Amino acid sequence: MTSNSNLSNMRRMVEQLKLEASVERIKVSQAAAELQQYCLQNASKDALLVGVPTGSNPFREPRSCAVV
Amino acid sequence: MRSPPIPEMATQEVQLSETLAHLKTESDTLKGKLEEERAKLHDVELHQVAEKVEGLGQFVMKTRRTLKGHGNKVLCMDWCKDKRRIVSSSQDGKVIVWDAFTTNKEHAVTMPCTWVMACAYAPSGCAVACGGLDNKCSVYPLSLDKNENLAAKKKSVAMHTNYLSACSFTNSDMQILTSSGDGTCALWDVESGQLLQSFHGHAADVLCLDLAPSETGNTFVSGGCDKKANVWDMRSGQCIQSFETHESDINNSSEADREVAIYSKESIIFGVSSVDFSLSGRLLFGGYNDYTINVWDVLKGTRVSILFGHENRVSTLRVSPDGTAFCTGSWDHTLRTWA
Repeated sequence: MTSNSNLSNMRRMVEQLKLEASVERIKVSQAAAELQQYCLQNASKDALLVGVPTGSNPFREPRSCAVV
Repeated sequence: MRSPPIPEMATQEVQLSETLAHLKTESDTLKGKLEEERAKLHDVELHQVAEKVEGLGQFVMKTRRTLKGHGNKVLCMDWCKDKRRIVSSSQDGKVIVWDAFTTNKEHAVTMPCTWVMACAYAPSGCAVACGGLDNKCSVYPLSLDKNENLAAKKKSVAMHTNYLSACSFTNSDMQILTSSGDGTCALWDVESGQLLQSFHGHAADVLCLDLAPSETGNTFVSGGCDKKANVWDMRSGQCIQSFETHESDINNSSEADREVAIYSKESIIFGVSSVDFSLSGRLLFGGYNDYTINVWDVLKGTRVSILFGHENRVSTLRVSPDGTAFCTGSWDHTLRTWA
């Protein structure tokens, strides 16, 4: 019966919403501060961000030529 | 055999619709409460918090290698943990393993279907997983013997009732997470092919997934055609949080706890097909349908670079495991590594 499946769908949705409402949340300002801290702390290890000394990034080295 | 008296049936129907109405009110109230809670916590924008952070300088990033070999659109790629090997899959039905430093092809497998939309490298580097229109995710152990026929060792792990859109090994070679056009995600045991957990909640095709990066990670996020990004608990199968976002399908997802910033620029009118963060999370790379790659400053919300090179849509993009390069795959049949 369609109305029975509607009912169980609705019940499931309500349960799901209750679950989501109960999740602990923090303010965006706090999350943003944590994100920023993480980025800045790890910046020096980020090769694409700061670059690496010439010769130590294997992808930046030109491929050696092979005679086919 | 007497049919139920009409008044009794009518009462049942009335009770049913009263219950439905009651549930609808409850769900509307909860939705309202959720919105209120989220709005209360949205006290500032990320770029405001990051105002004092030094801006980024000019970036010199270009194509360092071009991997040619696929006969049709490249749909997916993944890095090996050794930071140099790459697996890619294509509409041509082939899955190729490359050495990205030398551009040599190390292995090639022909799948029984075209449109191999998903591929993943096992953490050990000893196997790859792939699938697509065959509705399955299969694992191929990689052999050191180049002449060995990989297809012979193929192991079918996942079975969905529609196309496989994405797959990823968890922390080990033993488990695979999949997402499908059938609207579900699932966690499988590779050895036995057993379904360990299924994740229901998307109302339409699930297009992408990403695992939380932590060692003890037990959550992942999935994005779908229902415009939702759902965060799941892998152990219980429950959806912990759901984000409704974007104007159309979510094609790619990166694990971040909440939507704190939206990266957009009026001049960009083409969709982004794939995204990934740099190692520190400061840069966000996006592969677009207009053939370009846009590089964003995550904290400031500004675009810092636009990269050209591909001759068709960029369909897949991933940063290497140690963050020294990123790789893109395109409908122009090639893959490129950038650094």
